[in-house]
Amino acid sequence: MKINWFKYAATINFYALAGRVIPFFWVAAVILITIGLYWGFFKTPDSLDNGMKEYYRIIFVHLGSVWMAMWLYIMMVFWALVGLVFNTKLSYMMASATSITGALLTVVALATGAIWGKTSWGTWWDWDPKLTTFLILLFIYIGYIALQSAIDDTRRSDKASAVLALVGLALVPVIYSAVNCPDPTQCSSLHQESSMKNIEPNIMKGIIFTTLGFWMYSFATILMRVRNIILQRERNTNWVSKLKEVN
Amino acid sequence: MKLEAKNLQCTRGDRELFSDLSFSLEKSQLMMLEGQNGSGKTTLLRALCGLYEPDEGEILWQGKSIKKLDEAYRRELFYLGHLNAIKPDLTVLENLRFNTLLAGDSVTDEALMQALGTIGLFAFEDFPASQLSQGQKRRVSLARLLVSKANLWILDEPFVALDIAAVELLQSIIAKHVEEGGMVILTTHQEVPLTRGKIKRLSLSGGSIKEQVGVNA
Amino acid sequence: MLSAFWLVLKRDLLLALRRRSEIFTVLFFFLVVISLFPLGVGTEDKTLKQIAPGVVWIAALLASTLALERLFSSDYVDGTLEQLALAPQSMSVMVLAKMVAHWLLTGLPLVLISPLVGLFYHLPSHSIGVMMMVLLIGTPILSMIGAIGAALTLGLRGGGVLVSLLVLPFYLPVMVYGSGAIATSMQQGLSLQPYFMVLGAFALLAIVFSPLATAAALRISLE
Repeated sequence: MKINWFKYAATINFYALAGRVIPFFWVAAVILITIGLYWGFFKTPDSLDNGMKEYYRIIFVHLGSVWMAMWLYIMMVFWALVGLVFNTKLSYMMASATSITGALLTVVALATGAIWGKTSWGTWWDWDPKLTTFLILLFIYIGYIALQSAIDDTRRSDKASAVLALVGLALVPVIYSAVNCPDPTQCSSLHQESSMKNIEPNIMKGIIFTTLGFWMYSFATILMRVRNIILQRERNTNWVSKLKEVN
Repeated sequence: MKLEAKNLQCTRGDRELFSDLSFSLEKSQLMMLEGQNGSGKTTLLRALCGLYEPDEGEILWQGKSIKKLDEAYRRELFYLGHLNAIKPDLTVLENLRFNTLLAGDSVTDEALMQALGTIGLFAFEDFPASQLSQGQKRRVSLARLLVSKANLWILDEPFVALDIAAVELLQSIIAKHVEEGGMVILTTHQEVPLTRGKIKRLSLSGGSIKEQVGVNA
Repeated sequence: MLSAFWLVLKRDLLLALRRRSEIFTVLFFFLVVISLFPLGVGTEDKTLKQIAPGVVWIAALLASTLALERLFSSDYVDGTLEQLALAPQSMSVMVLAKMVAHWLLTGLPLVLISPLVGLFYHLPSHSIGVMMMVLLIGTPILSMIGAIGAALTLGLRGGGVLVSLLVLPFYLPVMVYGSGAIATSMQQGLSLQPYFMVLGAFALLAIVFSPLATAAALRISLE
């Protein structure tokens, strides 16, 4: 049987390359998160000026996961869009792999947000606009994953979930503004004060290191998942059957 | 008029149906698509209609990609798949009228009734389609062929569920279209005798592609 | 282009007319949900007035998703959708026609029956008018967002539950402003104009983008 090497070249190369870089991402993730958490726990003040005590330290995990959950959604849409435009299989696999890590970090963001809520406001769940939006974001991630697993044909599941991801991207800002100011008359005067200013430099360092660590963790898990998807989808091809790890 | 397929490759799931498939079809030509079940006949027909995007290769109509031509190509096309597109809640005439208008052919009710008569459904026009048999439903959708202005007919197993008389009738309708300069692509085990024009045979079985040209039958 | 729109619209309405029971199932579902809430939450006058705006919208969302499954599925099963996709017309236009028909059959009846909700929940007559207005603007948006989900889940096993999971989060903005307007109407001296402007803007965006997205999704599902 004739093998069209060129056809699989993209996935073969990617598979090998990903296999080589994944360990580095893991090492970087562990180091960065360790530094970030160490700094966050031991090198930062015990209480903040505005009356916040030790519990503010959850922010080191919370902010990182919040940012990642959003960034990963944008990344997922990016790959989905590349797939729809250029019809490249690898980008659909990237989108699909990203969704699971994204959903996971959304759960982390919600859980740490709930812990924050319990310690500062006294309730596990407050219908705060940001938390609510993240709950909806989690539903959208779950919808994406559910749609993908409901369709047997990979071509259709790739494309259909890509369209869903795009629709979600268009609607998330609308949803955020709806939960942020349900009364449209008061929206124009309401400004989201940026909490990033006036942050104690040590706290900032902790936040930056954990966030970078989360990035590395996301890359590592996404690439591992893409490798699995490649193996699963191309299990009948010649090059996969020649791999050491499948024999 | 010319339909060309260049280096088509289609897969279903992780199974490759065919690759490097090229052929062309010109006016007054009939193409018979052969192959076992699962060899990709239906997928190829759907790809030729633009319903399915092949993994590789392109399909050209008059030298232009059918994807770019879009509506202009669909105006030249008549496709009948396994499904008849018949609504059980509508009458025979309503079904036929909707489907022809949808295809862009504005035809009078008299012409539609005449087509129904020719296809063997005389006086059935006000019958609810839910009461028709499979073969009769097939006839209703085939009646569209009689009023269609499309040049290229793509028919997936058109003879299924038809009785002998209807098979002969359809053979003559197809032959007439080809002899008048039309193009037909179909999957079937039934022969279509032609007095003029050309028959091409394309076999998808076992991954091999044979193109055999037979003149006249 | 316009002729394709009328053609599909007329056919869908004719089909529904021949099977009238389907219109009523959605309508009665809406009424049942509306009537169950007071029995679960409490029938005090104050409670009823407070929950009415949200309950109306939740019932409308659920009724709308329930009706979605039928939007394309019968055309998909009998091959009509294939013929629509192959017709030398813009698919978005025909999809828009299907959405309009769908709304006329499942959305408009809800708007017309909503004064009954006003009676059940002791709403002032002014609020009933506002409720009908926001439902009139809001339910078409629900149909149009929902159509994308219906197109994506076409022909899937368990598609009905899946489509709810996909589209209900997207309905949230319409629900927030729709129920906000009803709640505001019960207070004295507040302007409702901003609510109507926001909902109107949503409706315009939905009309422009939803048929395109739905047509693309249908082509993917037909492959």
